[in-house]
Amino acid sequence: MRKLIISRVLQAVPTLWVIATLTFFMTRYAPGGPFDSERAIPEEIKIKLQSHFGLDRPLFDQYLLYLKNLLQGDLGPSFKYPEWEVSELIATAFPVSLTLGLLSLLIALMVGIPAGMIAALRKNSWVDYLPMSLSMAGICLPTFVLGPLLIYALSTQLGMFPPLGWYGPADWVLPSLTLGLFYAAYIARLTRAGMLETLQQDYVRTARAKGAKSWRILTKHAARGGLLPVVTFLGPAFAGLITGSFVIESIFFIPGLGKFFVTAAFNRDYTMVLGTVLFYASLIILLNLLVDLLQAWLDPKARQEK
Amino acid sequence: MGQLTIRNLEVSFHTREGIIRAVDGIDLAIGPGEIVGLVGESGSGKSVTCNSVLQLLPCPPAQFGEGKIEWSSKDLLQLDEDKMRRIRGKEISMIFQDPMSCLNPFMTVLDQVAEPLIIHKICKPAEAKRKALEMLAKVGVHRVKEYPNSYPHEFSGGMRQRAMIAMALITQPALLLADEPTTALDVTVQAKVLSILRELCSELGVSVLFVSHDLGLVAELADRVVVMYRGKVVEQNDTASIFTHPKHPYVKALIACRPTLETSDDRLPTVEDFINPGKETEKSPADTSPPKTSSKSAKTLVEAKRLVVEFTTDEGSVRAVNDVSIKIPQGSTHGLVGESGSGKTSLGRSLLNLIRRQSGEILFNGIPVGHKGHPHEKQFRKSMQIIFQDPYASLNPRLTIEQALVEPMIVHNLGSSKRERIKRVIDLLEEVGLGEEHLARYPHEFSGGQRQRICVARALTTEPEFIVCDECVSAMDVSVQAQVLNLLKSLQASRGLTYLFISHDLGVVKFMSDQISVMQKGQIVESGSAENIYNDPQTKYTQQLINSIPAANRSKNFSFTHPSVSPGP
Repeated sequence: MRKLIISRVLQAVPTLWVIATLTFFMTRYAPGGPFDSERAIPEEIKIKLQSHFGLDRPLFDQYLLYLKNLLQGDLGPSFKYPEWEVSELIATAFPVSLTLGLLSLLIALMVGIPAGMIAALRKNSWVDYLPMSLSMAGICLPTFVLGPLLIYALSTQLGMFPPLGWYGPADWVLPSLTLGLFYAAYIARLTRAGMLETLQQDYVRTARAKGAKSWRILTKHAARGGLLPVVTFLGPAFAGLITGSFVIESIFFIPGLGKFFVTAAFNRDYTMVLGTVLFYASLIILLNLLVDLLQAWLDPKARQEK
Repeated sequence: MGQLTIRNLEVSFHTREGIIRAVDGIDLAIGPGEIVGLVGESGSGKSVTCNSVLQLLPCPPAQFGEGKIEWSSKDLLQLDEDKMRRIRGKEISMIFQDPMSCLNPFMTVLDQVAEPLIIHKICKPAEAKRKALEMLAKVGVHRVKEYPNSYPHEFSGGMRQRAMIAMALITQPALLLADEPTTALDVTVQAKVLSILRELCSELGVSVLFVSHDLGLVAELADRVVVMYRGKVVEQNDTASIFTHPKHPYVKALIACRPTLETSDDRLPTVEDFINPGKETEKSPADTSPPKTSSKSAKTLVEAKRLVVEFTTDEGSVRAVNDVSIKIPQGSTHGLVGESGSGKTSLGRSLLNLIRRQSGEILFNGIPVGHKGHPHEKQFRKSMQIIFQDPYASLNPRLTIEQALVEPMIVHNLGSSKRERIKRVIDLLEEVGLGEEHLARYPHEFSGGQRQRICVARALTTEPEFIVCDECVSAMDVSVQAQVLNLLKSLQASRGLTYLFISHDLGVVKFMSDQISVMQKGQIVESGSAENIYNDPQTKYTQQLINSIPAANRSKNFSFTHPSVSPGP
């Protein structure tokens, strides 16, 4: 177990370096720059700005300087919000996205897993067809449709929750529901498929031959194997959830991390792009490690192999 | 003590292709303490019968007809799920065929063995675990005592099956249903598991329904034998009478078509011979008469010198083949026997240069066979072919038979035109007893025996001199096995083929081979003529292998001296 963690952390270093390098050069070679805008700024100011941020130095020198700062944990200043450091921007926005992501994940799991299990247990009955059709609809329905629908129903009509903003727990409900139900749809389908597969296994028949009740068969014998595909999906899904969603943030006016991914790229905010990409990559690496640990905990065979 | 009576049981499966009557009105009774063997080939309905008793068949597609399954004055077919559940694992237990897949990989073995006691609230969990440990010790699974947290994958197949037996008998049920419990095991392991089962059941006074495809194996422990064929019981009698005076032609065939260590004919009788006597059924060239060229005068076709094959795993390297030398004369069959993991398959594949050898030399017709990428590699490939164990897995499901058989000819540039190649394919198909009408079909449209014939035909497409038959009849019913073995023999006679015949079944190897080598732990421990190996085994291991074969499979005229299980009180 410890060996796995150490080797993963060591593997992460070259991975992050490759990502940083690729992102650095790709953004630099993309047309335009951080100080190009529709209203052209005077040439001498632009030159001054560029020299202030070190953009006038040779590209490779800039790259080495960036790596050097990165090693010291310095992501540099934002080009677009000059009074902010990139790390400060991430630090303010991330807690918002983390709250939203965790709540959504909770909803997704609490809705998706039971729905998938029931559907698998009562295959080809209405408790299978109904949640599965709903989940198909959930997958097909983009969040920018589901969001406004929920706002209309629960906020405008019933007045239960505020339609937008991010001030208190009441504001958390609608966005987490929108995002959570979308993921719940995926999880329900994965759970159903995984459980169906497991319920056909010979060892489940053995459990029946022992006289186990359906509930015991489900929880003691089938759940572990059946949920393995869900666990695999959770890693990347969770990373996506807690780094924020541009669409959800735009609909509900939430000051989360998601918008930086989009605006930074548009603005050619080089340091911000690099900062968000590296932050996201580190999260993915970390969460995949967690998923592997979780899998090892669920599956004794995987435990031994690792 | 319970009495199980099955009256006129009918089970059918409703599928999209139509209704399949798997069990067609059978009657069967098992008295207290009695051991009844239920014998039949795949698809005969024996497993369905067994699973019906505990109501383990998924319904639908399964449907039950008029019949009854009576157990202590209840009809099991009429019980609701909750009442049925109370009987499962408590009054009637079951063990299954494949110990690899039938134990839960996510639960410790100890927990699984203790579980029936907890489910049926016979005792508290702590007490249940203590009893499970006792039971596991009784069946010889001692590892659990040392490592209570071990999971099934840490055990060998034989140990897992012992654990299954412990699990089934821990509640002291009145009846045990054993569905092919030793089929997936090696002979020596099978013999051990069987003796444990026999002793434990007689000690606890459990009656047993022992389901198997192997009549000889059933004779080892059953008081009475019931033979099923196509969903019907064709004969039932006490074990000795079944063997000495079989009445139904199918039962006669079952006894005759399995090669024992005494079989010395060139051709095995098949089920068809008994059921449709007088009819010429073998389409293959029947002439098996030309006397074989004496192996002494023939030149050596394949020779291996000090062959070593190693596999590296996480735990280090394993020597699958450890310093093996072997000589196979042209036109003869060299049998290779051993248990799983003994290295027989690795030896066969390394002779064909399909896996890398660490050291050693292989000579084919006196020419050294190089490593992969050797200039003569293609020539060797053409002259050496292989037939695999599982004809279901070794044919590409997306290629028609024509495509599968033409491909080797294209690879080796045989035949000048497409037409010529197809003509040769048709000739080959006819040679193995199939025909032109099968060309456009896909593998799933054939039975297991037919598929293996296709694999034989495919191996013949390149006109090879040497064929490795790697457990090529192991997955088959005895009647189909007899057909394929006859085919291989007649092809050898007509084409002068040389075989390396790999099998774990000593009887089959003996029937096929001129020379036999016994492998154990990567080495050949004994080698000699087929007769000598059997009549005068030199090593303890070979003796053990021979003694592990059920007596009825060793010889047709065996005597029933095995410790018969006395009926319970």
